[in-house]
Amino acid sequence: MATNGIVTGIVSNLVTVQVDGPVGENELCHINLGGTRLLAEVIKVTGDKASVQVFESTRGLKNGDSVVFLGRMLEASLGPGLLSGIYDGLQNDLTTMEGVFLKRGEYTDPLDHEALWDFKPLASPGDKVVASDWLGEVIEGWLPHKIMVPFSFKGEFTVKSVAPAGSYNIDTVIATLVAEDGEERPVTMVQKWPVKVAVRGYREKPRPGKIMETGVRVIDTFNPIAEGGTGFIPGPFGCGKTVLQHAIAKQGEADIVVMAACGERANEVVEIFTEYPELVDPHTGRKLMERTVIICNTSNMPVAAREASVYTAMTICEYYRAMGYRCLLLADSTSRWAQALREMSNRMEELPGQDAFPVDLSAIISNFYSRAGQVVLNNGKTGAVTFIGTVSPAGGNLKEPVTESTKKAARCFYALEQNRADQKRYPAVNPVESYSKYLEYPEIQASLEQTIERGWIDKVLEAKNLVRRGKEMADQINILGDDGVPMSYHEAFWKSELIDFAFLQQDAFDAIDAVCPLERQKYMLNLILDICNRSFEFDDYEQCRGFFKELINVLRQMNYSEFKSETFWNYCETLKQKLSEYGN
Amino acid sequence: MATKAYQRIYTKLQAITKATVSLDASGVANEELATVGGKLAQVVKTRGDRVTLQVFSGTEGVPTDAEVSFFGQPPTLKVSDQLSGRFFNAYGKPIDGGPEVEGEEREAGGPSVNPYKRRQPSELIPTGIAGIDLNNTLVSGQKIPFFADPDQPYNQVMADVALRADVDKIILGGMGLSNDDYLFFRHAFESAGALDRIVSFVNTTEEPPVERLLIPDMALTAAEYFAVDKNEKVLVLLTDMTLYADALSIVSNRMDQIPSKDSMPGSLYSDLAKIYEKAVQLPDGGSITIIAVTTLNDGDITHAIPDNTGYITEGQIFLRADSDSGKVIVDPFRSLSRLKQLVQGKKTREDHSQVMNAGVRLYADAQNAKTKLQNGFDLSDYDLRCLDYAKDYATQILSIDVNITIEEMLDTAWRLFAKYFSPAETGIKQTLIDKYWKA
Repeated sequence: MATNGIVTGIVSNLVTVQVDGPVGENELCHINLGGTRLLAEVIKVTGDKASVQVFESTRGLKNGDSVVFLGRMLEASLGPGLLSGIYDGLQNDLTTMEGVFLKRGEYTDPLDHEALWDFKPLASPGDKVVASDWLGEVIEGWLPHKIMVPFSFKGEFTVKSVAPAGSYNIDTVIATLVAEDGEERPVTMVQKWPVKVAVRGYREKPRPGKIMETGVRVIDTFNPIAEGGTGFIPGPFGCGKTVLQHAIAKQGEADIVVMAACGERANEVVEIFTEYPELVDPHTGRKLMERTVIICNTSNMPVAAREASVYTAMTICEYYRAMGYRCLLLADSTSRWAQALREMSNRMEELPGQDAFPVDLSAIISNFYSRAGQVVLNNGKTGAVTFIGTVSPAGGNLKEPVTESTKKAARCFYALEQNRADQKRYPAVNPVESYSKYLEYPEIQASLEQTIERGWIDKVLEAKNLVRRGKEMADQINILGDDGVPMSYHEAFWKSELIDFAFLQQDAFDAIDAVCPLERQKYMLNLILDICNRSFEFDDYEQCRGFFKELINVLRQMNYSEFKSETFWNYCETLKQKLSEYGN
Repeated sequence: MATKAYQRIYTKLQAITKATVSLDASGVANEELATVGGKLAQVVKTRGDRVTLQVFSGTEGVPTDAEVSFFGQPPTLKVSDQLSGRFFNAYGKPIDGGPEVEGEEREAGGPSVNPYKRRQPSELIPTGIAGIDLNNTLVSGQKIPFFADPDQPYNQVMADVALRADVDKIILGGMGLSNDDYLFFRHAFESAGALDRIVSFVNTTEEPPVERLLIPDMALTAAEYFAVDKNEKVLVLLTDMTLYADALSIVSNRMDQIPSKDSMPGSLYSDLAKIYEKAVQLPDGGSITIIAVTTLNDGDITHAIPDNTGYITEGQIFLRADSDSGKVIVDPFRSLSRLKQLVQGKKTREDHSQVMNAGVRLYADAQNAKTKLQNGFDLSDYDLRCLDYAKDYATQILSIDVNITIEEMLDTAWRLFAKYFSPAETGIKQTLIDKYWKA
């Protein structure tokens, strides 16, 4: 029998419930508010008192209101029809809700139960299968969507029957499996999975071996992220975090992109679902929306659901990974999620950790990042979840708990810098402080040398070093003055400016410059390094500055021109001419 | 909201702090209103039979035997066209001597708009101020604060912006306004002959701080009525949100909550977001645009209030006194309108974004030159040209007393580029140089 309870205390969205039976940690319950059912989750139990966080506003709730526990955790519904979906943090379909305003207690189904899908069996009677093995597939838009043995099935099963090819809705039983003890288990096209539990059911999780191209030069060349890798982008507001993340979402080389707008601005989500149906995926030519799922819990939506939203998004990624796809998960911003944890911890009057965050913040963050990764499935195919989160450090200070905890968990660090943003040097990724651990992986190095060119890693390191040296020179020039330093200092400084302006900076709003494929990155880096490796003789620093400014201007015009077009070659010619004028 | 006859009256308070009272009562709903010794209060916490209420006007003079009666509903506002041209206090009661407003009673601080039902903001709001229109273009449905030190003329600039903007309604939410500023707004609206399209909710410094907490909800409830029911373009002015946040910290402190950064409540981000996210472009043409003021302490934007605000709003407009031109200017480095690219070059001339970037970049070079000068180094020819340019740029573009069209702003910028620089030094796309360069 279900456990029941009554409300005995309310502080904002933390409600205390006196229960009459067993309750589990993270178990869901419905609180009855005058006929409206508010969904809530157990976060703490003391004796017969359960503390629950309510995923809705608690306005009007009274002590004595009744509560029914549901005996399950928060689950995601997984099946064909998720692609192009726009969901809230609890996976309610926002597109099927009525009215302009969100209504409390209105929960909509994430999947369409009427739609018919063309099913094709992949397994045959007699096959031995385990959780996440493929039984059949349907075509979801463009994507062959595998119907799998539900993740929750434990042990080995024998396929008793599989439905023949045909059109079915998601609730049709498409296979019957027999467990080792002889119990028959029907399988439909939809399965449920608790979002806070990582999906297993793969053979192994190897180290990432290749990079995920994003078309952003400062990432792909300077600090590449691996397919199945993790990265994070911290930065004060106004530094272009969102623009950078959207660029990665648009251009990232992935089959599926899940965007979790976690406690951020609603207009940013509007931008995605307004523009993506029009924008084209540079890798496949299909519309971006066709590969995108939006999980949206904007900052004005209930705080508790914010925490759930990142888990829901990750679960959907893991689901598609189990079908052998490369998924990219972008969460903006994980700080808002951490703040949601802080608000609850605060209301429960727990002893606070640093900056009033809960003490287990670091563990929660690492645990979440660890769900990303490349996997080898039971059938030998591979799939990947690449995860990039943004962090919004309070006051732009990177020495705060969320940034520090994330730094321990993520392998790539893209530090956005106020100073660069102030100078409109976008993307404002600090080229010296940012890093990618993947650049040190032998497998990744080998793959880059093979796919781009031999000696690539050395070139990248050389470019990084030139930038670092230029920064040191700039410091010297600022201290000693233009006349107080040798000419070589000016030359080194301007070479680093050349790399900065012509390579690191990229105009995300220019149709051509926004996407820079690896081949073009290779061409430009070689061109620029070739200039940097020449030595020049300048009469004075004015001449040096003027010369490099001209080169920068030409290189920028090249970035704005279509690669290898006539205009592009013309600028290239101009560049050679200017170089030869200096006789080197 | 008169008390109803059958309501039970409680007369025994168990605890009193400066902002809250607690008593034993049953059947009380979360967030419902009550009166405590005649003062308006709202339920913020229940534990068993113990109910805690925040008393908006403070608890001065409240005795332990004060009469407490509950209304059975959260704060509401009566909405109708009669709101236009009127001035109200934080409770929605007229303060202009006029009659009570008749209309439908709406819950204040109600639910949020389904993000899927929003439309992408795309309408330009011209203000005539080049520091805003050229560099930080405003768009309807946007939410953006002025970040200003208390000595900056932010209320004047905001009034200018409001009166020049092409909107159907202007709703002023004044929190902790000085009486002088309240009268300034009243006078500015009256003398512009715009009173009939303005609704004001005002809490002055003479009134208790906790009352301020009601102002944004009241103002936005009125805004939603005009934007959703009447499909009107509504501009909401909220000044000063720093004082609002201070009131939040008073209440949370009295409730013994653990403070986070700068002794602000841990929920500050969500509390502010609930207000700012009411800014919306609706599918049927109505919109709510929010322009707010966040006063800073000596320009410190790392303080929790401006910091959290910056992460919520779509940019910020930064005012500062400029010694070169002797004017108050819109700081081009620290100001930002995140929605500008939705209208720049689309609703304005094609060269808009490149001219904007070049103008700011050259102004940044001038700042570097200035640093060199201050450190006693020789200036190059380029540095000297930058410094001259900066002075003109500040006077003709950045100063808040500029009032010209966007086309004129672009032409002014091109003229300044040609006066001081070569085309290559501006770094602008060649096709635009060919078309617009003023040789």
